[in-house]
Amino acid sequence: MPVREPASTGLPAADLPEVYRTMVTARLMDERCLTLQRQGRIGFYVPLQGQEAAQVGCGWALDPADWIFPAYRELAVALCRKIPLELLIDQFIGNAGDDLKGRQMPNHFGYRRFRFVPASSPVGTQIIHAVGTAMAARWKEERIATVTFFGDGTTSSNDFHSGLNFAGVYKAPTIFFCQNNQWAISLPRARQTASETLAEKATAYGIPGVVVDGMDVHAVYRAVALARERAVSGGGPTLIEAQVYRLGPHTSSDDPTRYRSDAEVDLWKAKDPVRLLRAELIGSGALSEESDRALWESIRAQIAAAVKAAEATPPVDPLTMFDDVYAQRTPRLESERAEMVESIGRRGNRP
Amino acid sequence: MSELTLVQAVNHALAQAMRSDPDVLVLGEDIGPNGGVFRATEGLFKEFGADRVIDTPLSETGIVGAAIGMALYGLKPVAEIQFLDFIYPAFDQIVSELAKFRYRSGGQYPCHVVIRTPYGGGVKGGLYHSQSSEAYFAHTAGLKVVVPSNPADAKGLLLTAIFDEDPVIFLEPKRIYRSVTGEVPDGDVRVPFGEAATVREGSDVSVFAYGAMVPPSLKAAEAIQSEGIRAEVIDLRSLVPLDEASVIASVEKTGRAVIVHEAPRFVGFGAELAAILAEKALYSLKSPVLRVAGYDTPFPYALENQYLPGPERIAHAIRTAVRSG
Repeated sequence: MPVREPASTGLPAADLPEVYRTMVTARLMDERCLTLQRQGRIGFYVPLQGQEAAQVGCGWALDPADWIFPAYRELAVALCRKIPLELLIDQFIGNAGDDLKGRQMPNHFGYRRFRFVPASSPVGTQIIHAVGTAMAARWKEERIATVTFFGDGTTSSNDFHSGLNFAGVYKAPTIFFCQNNQWAISLPRARQTASETLAEKATAYGIPGVVVDGMDVHAVYRAVALARERAVSGGGPTLIEAQVYRLGPHTSSDDPTRYRSDAEVDLWKAKDPVRLLRAELIGSGALSEESDRALWESIRAQIAAAVKAAEATPPVDPLTMFDDVYAQRTPRLESERAEMVESIGRRGNRP
Repeated sequence: MSELTLVQAVNHALAQAMRSDPDVLVLGEDIGPNGGVFRATEGLFKEFGADRVIDTPLSETGIVGAAIGMALYGLKPVAEIQFLDFIYPAFDQIVSELAKFRYRSGGQYPCHVVIRTPYGGGVKGGLYHSQSSEAYFAHTAGLKVVVPSNPADAKGLLLTAIFDEDPVIFLEPKRIYRSVTGEVPDGDVRVPFGEAATVREGSDVSVFAYGAMVPPSLKAAEAIQSEGIRAEVIDLRSLVPLDEASVIASVEKTGRAVIVHEAPRFVGFGAELAAILAEKALYSLKSPVLRVAGYDTPFPYALENQYLPGPERIAHAIRTAVRSG
């Protein structure tokens, strides 16, 4: 179905320096956090290198009231929501400053006050949640969209199917934002599905599907702004396939040299979204080599300060383990908690 | 008071909750104009409309997943899964998402969904319309698991479930949906979780049962009275949270325990009860704890009456418990 494009869907030029800063922050967080993982200072890390334009282009086109249902790779979307770096690193460490109370692996952060729902590790389960929340919001006449993030591999999951199907039936104001980064751990995109594109799967659910160059922040912003407009004006859901490339490993536990060639990675590095936007800004005079160097240095310093502060935050209190299983602790949990109090009294906080 | 069947009591609880709270809605397969395949949602579509009585596509993961999204937003969804046997496509949503949302978000996102579903055998339902898999859910931290055995409890426990702050798996014994009627209080009268009911007092042996196993347990207790055995029958009502104090107190009084459920015996809920008694009431026991349960086979269609614990098998276990110590 043809979608008429409103005039206001371009990424405003005035926003570009901030968009660039956010993308560079994501790039530098990746570098720093992978190192922290190698040094044993955080347990795990999920990098997003190569997906900065897709995530920031999408995040930038959303309203702060829109609900975000991320997978576990959406750090740059979190940065668009202005979630402080120290708070994210608190989560990576799982310390007393972590809103999740140290209960989840790194990158599974989430914050109710930012309408950023904490991810789980099974892929795709969040897709149908986004649809349920969208149905509820529309019923309550709140003019918002819900946006859910997932990768190419997830399009094979049960909940991709149930989510898109429900959204089509109920015309839910949901944006399905698929970052096709070409690899689902070791499985290439061509082995994931015989469909030519992932976006065309939308047709079967009676909803529009759009392919967009995910290395181009302008193109992503425009596609998401259009989808959002459709969603909040009652037009229903959209599936967006942002074609990107995961330049790094799947996670800190992955070795991509086992399944893909350096030549392929080099091919995509030429389209590195951070370098592309940098070249554009230097070309337009909005950025100079010198101001760019200063920008990277200042962000590095910010990250270093956030890491330092997070590492100085005390560890999570072991007795919180028994909280939030239920609204109130059951008698069983009370007795297990008492057992732990006694055990800590006996041997200190040692295993 | 009204004289209702168990399924009518479920229907009254849903209507009562929806009238008193505009955020309560129901969703599931065939629950709209059709009123549900067991008629549990009869009349609700007419009274509350399509926005609050939502007929869904045929997808259990979709039903539970959408209900989770609604609950995150702040609504109080009650999802119907047509048969417990068909809940497994939604298992990931239930154990990975519903049960863990409050915990994994550090308490930021309570996720209050009630999943109502008919369970159990005795209706000529064969392998896939008869199973009793409460143990999977009782084993998952974060879920509450409730099983009524009579119309009054069905209404009172369901109202508690709908207004509880935690996710609840509400198992409805379909075998006794219509076979008995009972007095049910009108209005918003709730039965609290975590309180077992002593449905028959006795001093010689404690029989623990829930759901559709309560009526045959009572029958067995009555039948065996002529042999001079006074059996106490405890209806657990909620498996999670479990009223451990009542379980232990009863065995401290009687010294003997028989546990009845229709699920397979191996790693069934009865195993946990037996373990609790071994840990906390061993010195009160005069004879071994016995279990009367479904056999460790899939559920057999033609042989369901042999498979399901009935009054004879339960009475035999009671007799054995009393005579062996």
